Amino acid sequence: MDWIDDGFVLHTREHGENAIVATLLTRERGRHAGLVHGGMSSRQRPTWQPGNLVRVEWRARLVEHLGTFKGEVLAAHAARALDDPLELGGLSAACALIDGALPEREPHPAIYDGFVALMTAIGHEGWPSILVRLELGLLQELGFGLDLEKCAATGVTEGLIYVSPKTARAVSAEAGAPYADRLLKLPPFLVVGGAAGIEDVLLGLELTGYFIERHVFWPHNRPLPPARERFLDLLRRQAPG
Amino acid sequence: MTGPEIDRLIQLLAKLPGLGPRSARRAALHLLKKREALMTPLAQAIGRAAEAIRTCSVCGNLDTTDPCAVCADTRRDAALICVVEDVADLWALERGRVFAGGYHVLGGTLSALDGVGPEDLNIAGLMRRARNGVVREVILATNATVDGQTTAHYLADRLAEIEGIKVSRLAHGVPVGGELDYLDEGTLAAALKARRAM
Repeated sequence: MDWIDDGFVLHTREHGENAIVATLLTRERGRHAGLVHGGMSSRQRPTWQPGNLVRVEWRARLVEHLGTFKGEVLAAHAARALDDPLELGGLSAACALIDGALPEREPHPAIYDGFVALMTAIGHEGWPSILVRLELGLLQELGFGLDLEKCAATGVTEGLIYVSPKTARAVSAEAGAPYADRLLKLPPFLVVGGAAGIEDVLLGLELTGYFIERHVFWPHNRPLPPARERFLDLLRRQAPG
Repeated sequence: MTGPEIDRLIQLLAKLPGLGPRSARRAALHLLKKREALMTPLAQAIGRAAEAIRTCSVCGNLDTTDPCAVCADTRRDAALICVVEDVADLWALERGRVFAGGYHVLGGTLSALDGVGPEDLNIAGLMRRARNGVVREVILATNATVDGQTTAHYLADRLAEIEGIKVSRLAHGVPVGGELDYLDEGTLAAALKARRAM
């Protein structure tokens, strides 16, 4: 068995003296792991940094085996982000989230495309809002999508500023006013588009984080990835006021 | 084929880095052939080292004295601390003889995926040392990996709370003797980003 595909390195762990087990998000095969002989060596270590886009060749005798990866870097996203704590935090948070949330060997091309968009955008203006959209897409792909089209109570499509934590559906300002303290806030950029400030991104991540924790991590008795929490802390410190 | 003592010796040698069962067998045979010249002195040296070596309570280095020889050396600049991930990194810097300050060994890096948090590293000790009024500069010499730099940014944030401390980090870029043609894209990008006027 063998195949060649492009994938983002999500996580690596040491295996023996010199090898690593790398987990990748590939376009055709979803989250896929493989052994990299010599992955700890100084020559190969830069290749297998989280966030890097790698062209990999996977080989195994049987499809159910772990198999081995050989790879070469197509885009060194990790190196681009190393100097900036926020960019590095966003990259780590995205990798940790996808690694923890997606099942193995199940293709999710939409998530892959979202990941491409995020990694390409990191370092450019407004990139954190793409992480929010990636998380929304992740919920959608896993069957827990949010309905932000119209108000769950009145059906109106204007003035949507809340999301119900029970139904994951949008609620308008008018209908939600009596329950405002129990509803989640919906940042405008997720409804009408446009640019998002840091506060909007924080609201968006709190919204998606609530549902990702409830539907994806909590059933496995796991918390949200600490890397995501650290990224939120960095964002909060940069938020005005 | 061999007695349990020799089997045990081979098993233990095979656990050393760089040795597998076959090379461990060769090493054991070599030791057995040079029992007086090598095996007994080696066993004694290992025994003595195991008894004497301790972790330095100041920097986390491994030495036979506490504080270690580096921390006890009064010729070193106590105002400079170089933070490294591991004792191996400290030894590498010492081999180069390019740094004459103190060290601080973290004992690893923050790793969200592997569940290593700040409380698992020797960060509290670093903060105590940085607050002692003597330290002027902390050099973050963590590896140029995602985990290494995440740790460096975290430490820079924590150290910013302390007034009068300069925080710096090692440069990333082209190694001495390196050819651009053979460098990976990430190193080239880092080298370009950190270019200097001439």
